[in-house]
Amino acid sequence: MTTTETRPRRTAPSPASSSVFLALSKAGFRGFVRDKATLFFTFLFPLMFLVIFGLIFGGAGASKTKIGVVGEGAVIPALERSDAVELTRFDTAQEAEAQVKAGDLPAYVQQDGDTVTLRFAASDQTQAGLVNGLVSGVVNQANIAATGQAPAFTLDTSQVEDESLKPIQYMAPGIISWAVSIGAVFGAALTFVSWRKKQVLRRLRLAPVQPVAVLGSRVLVSLGVAVVQFCLFVGVALLPMFGLRLSGQWWLALPLLLLGTLSFFSIGMLVGAFCKTEEAASGVANLITLPMAFLSGAFLPLDNIPPWLQTVSWAFPMRHLNEGMLDVMVRGQGVDALLVPAMVLIAFTAVVGFIAAKVFRWED
Amino acid sequence: MTTSTALAVTDIHMSYGDLRAVDGVSFEVAEGEFFGILGPNGAGKTTTLEIAEGLREPDSGTVRLLGEAPWPRNLALLPKIGVQLQASAFFEKLTAREQLETFGALYGVTSARVDEMLELVGLSDKASTPEAKLSGGQRQRLSIACALVHDPDIVFLDEPTAALDPQARRNLWDVLREVQARGKTIVYTTHYLDEAEVLCDRVAIMDRGRILAMDAPARLVRDLEAATRVILERGALAPDLARALPGADQVAQDEVSLTISTRTPAPLLAALAEHGTLDGLQVRTATLEDVFLELTGREYRA
Ligand SMILES: Nc1ncnc2c1ncn2[C@@H]1O[C@H](COP(=O)(O)OP(=O)(O)OP(=O)(O)O)[C@@H](O)[C@H]1O
Ligand SMILES: [Mg+2]
Repeated sequence: MTTTETRPRRTAPSPASSSVFLALSKAGFRGFVRDKATLFFTFLFPLMFLVIFGLIFGGAGASKTKIGVVGEGAVIPALERSDAVELTRFDTAQEAEAQVKAGDLPAYVQQDGDTVTLRFAASDQTQAGLVNGLVSGVVNQANIAATGQAPAFTLDTSQVEDESLKPIQYMAPGIISWAVSIGAVFGAALTFVSWRKKQVLRRLRLAPVQPVAVLGSRVLVSLGVAVVQFCLFVGVALLPMFGLRLSGQWWLALPLLLLGTLSFFSIGMLVGAFCKTEEAASGVANLITLPMAFLSGAFLPLDNIPPWLQTVSWAFPMRHLNEGMLDVMVRGQGVDALLVPAMVLIAFTAVVGFIAAKVFRWED
Repeated sequence: MTTSTALAVTDIHMSYGDLRAVDGVSFEVAEGEFFGILGPNGAGKTTTLEIAEGLREPDSGTVRLLGEAPWPRNLALLPKIGVQLQASAFFEKLTAREQLETFGALYGVTSARVDEMLELVGLSDKASTPEAKLSGGQRQRLSIACALVHDPDIVFLDEPTAALDPQARRNLWDVLREVQARGKTIVYTTHYLDEAEVLCDRVAIMDRGRILAMDAPARLVRDLEAATRVILERGALAPDLARALPGADQVAQDEVSLTISTRTPAPLLAALAEHGTLDGLQVRTATLEDVFLELTGREYRA
């Protein structure tokens, strides 16, 4: 800007990239919060899933397995204290057995002196397994207690056992990463397509702005949205109704989530570079986010899928994000657990972002 | 310095496949000049303008804009040029004021300037209206304000007066004259030949990718040596009588009027005054439309 001394009045020199960046970010945030459809799909829609799944798979109260108890003895109060099951008292074993047979209860426990009997309905194997494990654990503890000795090994199982009973523990991190992927993939793709279609990109090209400021401002919007999503969904899941319990360093999930957002954003950029219309872009974005969410175990655990599909699932950034978030949010792990997911997410963003930048077009 | 060249376009060519959108266009625009590019749809006006702005690379030919090459993207040049694209480009969901603020911020412009611009294009009362809810003409005016917000030295406007009502069009003329009065160079395209005659220092008439003629509008019209037409109400004068008047070259009559063509209007008008037939009389001199007709053999169709 030094070649213009011949002109009597100069226009302002190119402004600092930071102020351009801020102005564009402000415009981006304003556009975001004023678009009702976008708000719905980034917040309300995933929230509906969280609520529906949360209710279907049971909140704090409902998630506790109900078992019937008959008789007296040390095991029954111990079961009650374990806080993992809800007990229903029966006067006779026949009554309890009738309920189990009818499928109203998964199992009942009868203590008669030193004999503890567990009768369960094998029709629901998961429940049966759970109850089996639980009751034998309690019985073992009671056995040790009865010897009057301090146990040789102390195992604090109650916490983990209790948490693992609740699907919300698994679902909350998954739904958060799915929601964030919707926000970032759609956000990036639709913005670039609509900016290209409406000639905003051409107009920006004629202004003294660095492409990185334009891109950065949109990234900032996506990161901001991701933070709000995280707070909102964690907040809702923590409600007693859903009963999420966070473990120690749960907040470590946030930085990982931001890395995940970047990787989703790079996918969105790629979609935005290829699609010509908003309709096409949102179709493709849907086609990517939903299968990715399922294959990354955002809704349901992947334990039962074929091994090859397991392998495939590691190709998705969301899988790594999910694992990392689960580790720190509910499995009680620390920052070490984030190392690998973080590196994978950074690498993914770099590669896909690079490709997106290569195929980027200012206009059709 | 007032005579130095703001824009020099030399022999640019641009083809889209087989279509020669711009086929050897050259022109120069002096600093402070108001230059118009006229022509029918598809003439190549937008393409020419976009090449001059540095939005497109020509297949061949050169452009010097304020002494520099606008292509490839020249960051140092951009603050000095203001562009209104033919399709208005706005951010989503922002109000008129916010659009201007955002575009202004790209150039480091303060918000006081934003108010000034809203005032200039008559949108002060629409400042907090979302851009999507503006009328076509209001949006057009906002788009022009966005092009002028950083006080550029040279302004490119692609059909700024399209979609404006007559009042808004005239207001915009005032705005553009004001901009020119501040020493800015304006390059603009239009379909309105009458408007170009009023506003432009010089015009280039384009058709099918070529410039057919380029000069001051008045000179183009004069060089045409087209007849002046004097139009009277039918019945004011008998056609035979009219033919006998001094300077009358041709006389035609239709249901409503009698038209006398002349190359020497002064004696003809004097003679008409003698006959006392000046009531309701109209004089039509040749316009750029006639120039266009003459150059292309086609009626001008906007
Ligand atoms: N991106 C493009 N791809 C293919 N052809 C194009 C493209 N842009 C313009 N053309 C063609 O080039 C020719 C000139 O177009 P241009 O937009 O320059 O005309 P114009 O004079 O601005 O017309 P109008 O008055 O309608 O705005 C037209 O025939 C048009 O179809
Ligand atoms: Mg055009």
